[in-house]
Amino acid sequence: MTDLQFIFQRYPGAKRDALIPILQEVQDVQGYLSRDSVIAVGQYLGLPASKVYGVATFYNQFRFQPLGRYNIQVCRGTACHVKGSLGVLESLKRSLGIDAGQTTRDGLFSIEVVACLGACGLAPVLCINGEFHGNLKPESLGKLLSTLRKEAAANA
Amino acid sequence: MQIEVNNRPIEAQAGETILAALKRAGLSVPTLCHMEGLLPSGACRICAVEVEGQRSLIPACSYPVADGMKILTHSARAVAARRTIIELLLSNHPDDCLYCVRNNNCQLQTLAAEHGIAQRRFSGLKSDHTIDISGPALGRDPAKCILCGKCVRECEEVQSVAAIDFIGRGSKTRVGPAFNEGLNLSSCILCGQCVMVCPTGALFEQSHVKQVMAAIQDPEMTVVIQHAPAVSVTLAEAFGLPAGQDIAGTLTAALRRLGFDYVFDTSFSADLTIMEEASELVQRLTSGGTLPMMTSCSPGWIKFMEEFYPDMLGHLSTCKSPQQMLGAVIKGYWAVKQGLDPSKVYSVSVMPCTAKKFEASRPEMVHDGIADIDAVLTTRELVQLIRMHGLDVLALQAEDADRPFGERSTAGKLFGGTGGVMEAAVRTACFLVTGQDPEVMEVEAVRGLAGVKETRVKVGGLDLGLAVVSGLGNARALVEQVRQGRKDLHFIEVMTCPGGCIAGGGQLLGVDLAGVQRRLAGLYAIDAEGPIRMSHHNEAVAELYREFLGQPLSERSHHLLHTHYHRRDVVR
Repeated sequence: MTDLQFIFQRYPGAKRDALIPILQEVQDVQGYLSRDSVIAVGQYLGLPASKVYGVATFYNQFRFQPLGRYNIQVCRGTACHVKGSLGVLESLKRSLGIDAGQTTRDGLFSIEVVACLGACGLAPVLCINGEFHGNLKPESLGKLLSTLRKEAAANA
Repeated sequence: MQIEVNNRPIEAQAGETILAALKRAGLSVPTLCHMEGLLPSGACRICAVEVEGQRSLIPACSYPVADGMKILTHSARAVAARRTIIELLLSNHPDDCLYCVRNNNCQLQTLAAEHGIAQRRFSGLKSDHTIDISGPALGRDPAKCILCGKCVRECEEVQSVAAIDFIGRGSKTRVGPAFNEGLNLSSCILCGQCVMVCPTGALFEQSHVKQVMAAIQDPEMTVVIQHAPAVSVTLAEAFGLPAGQDIAGTLTAALRRLGFDYVFDTSFSADLTIMEEASELVQRLTSGGTLPMMTSCSPGWIKFMEEFYPDMLGHLSTCKSPQQMLGAVIKGYWAVKQGLDPSKVYSVSVMPCTAKKFEASRPEMVHDGIADIDAVLTTRELVQLIRMHGLDVLALQAEDADRPFGERSTAGKLFGGTGGVMEAAVRTACFLVTGQDPEVMEVEAVRGLAGVKETRVKVGGLDLGLAVVSGLGNARALVEQVRQGRKDLHFIEVMTCPGGCIAGGGQLLGVDLAGVQRRLAGLYAIDAEGPIRMSHHNEAVAELYREFLGQPLSERSHHLLHTHYHRRDVVR
């Protein structure tokens, strides 16, 4: 039984109101919503793919690419904003050549924008795979990324 | 009940919206997202009015009237709010009106002009969406979209196709197919109803005007044109004449002035379609074929069946549409008879339809590298051509179409409206079964603009169940019934667009239900006048059978006039 069939069987006779919980479960299991999954969920619920994709893109929580090996959560909460998190985010996007919600082509990094990580004392702050990096400046990102690249190469 | 609008009393009915009451009283407020016949969405707020006792402005489209309600439709506050809405809509809108397909025919442009907006007050982030011309007949320019949602609703609620929806959120919202891909991968059936409801230039047909003009200029090419039944009862409106007035003769004259070498009438091949289709129906009835048979003239509907009901394709008539039949006969018979090389004949059609562009490009409609139809103009593109050439349509003397494909019965002409194919088919089926013409021509039960019409008629010894549906939401419901085992129907006419071709996606923009009604009345008036009211009495059709085809459903007919359709895998 595939991941999707396993999820669907727990929603017998489901209608459109089950769409979001099902999408959440699919993402939990697969890490993201693939094209095939979006279509399959639509077929199961009798919804057009355009509708499923429309709903899924409305919510920040859904992603359409697998997470990178390092998922970088950028805090855009109030304190971080005041301390310059926008510059950090922009610099990060430029360095990696991707937008928030996307993953680099080598699969190493993904960027996720989050509202508040609850570490305002360290603002502006990033969280990479559960590890916090605080008091950042746009200039300090290069060093951080190259450390991670080296770490990844060492553990390839 | 009574309400007061702008300090004057007007009548209102309980349960209706403020907008409905205003309309009946001949008062108007602008709307952008409102769609007649569908539930209000209240998305654009441009219809906001001031209601006494209410703290905020009230959207007229979605707020019910109440007895004694006092409304100001154009108070300073309401007008100022409308201005702001328009200015906000313009804040991220491209400034290229001059180069826009909807220049001079755009609701946003009109509203901005009416409200005296002379400069950009807000400057929003321009959206950098790319133009999508992947579809074979339609294009999208999301940068021009104001997110009113009418196309989304038309596609989903009326046509039950749902090829497009809102994607994303907030200022980054856009309308598009699933995965933000091109229309070509989506379930879009190219009906063009989204174009009809779009207030701006965000949706449009892919124009064939340039190719047609190039062919006309090419001295080696013989350029032939056919015009669909619905066009001649619509075109008049573009030149200030009343809706529904038939100007077929003037249209023929105009097409000749534009440089077309031969002008034919698609109603001729509608008669030909009836000969084949009525014969096919009788054959299916008498030899245990798949029933109910469903019509195959409407290319959006065909694509819909290929995508959503591939298991039901056997119900579709194998007849090509009248456009494609005439295209095949022009190149496969007429050209040869005229001593012309079919590859040097350029065959154009004027259609009330965008999906016809797609149909003409189907591989089934191309033989040995030669397409049956080379280019399809919508009614709108024809108007553009006429204006470009400075033709004074009102001053032209009517002319007859060219023989032999200019001759038609009025039954063929009826193809332009919902129920028309059915009525024409019943007349000829009656003749085929009994050898006698029907005593009463009109099949009243299938006339009118209703989306679903059913009746039973006796044809000789046969008691036939007939259904006529227009709008694919209605068609889907009926196909579901048939799939679930409904057995009382024998013949189903389906037209993709609600009301049929007279309300097609290639027709003039901005028409309302009353206008469509008058076009339909125009077709009925033509039919009532006759003189030839049955396809099997079309002498030119009879001659074509005598000289070339033999008889309906002959091998030659099958080769030239029939086709088969196939399952189509798209994102559904």
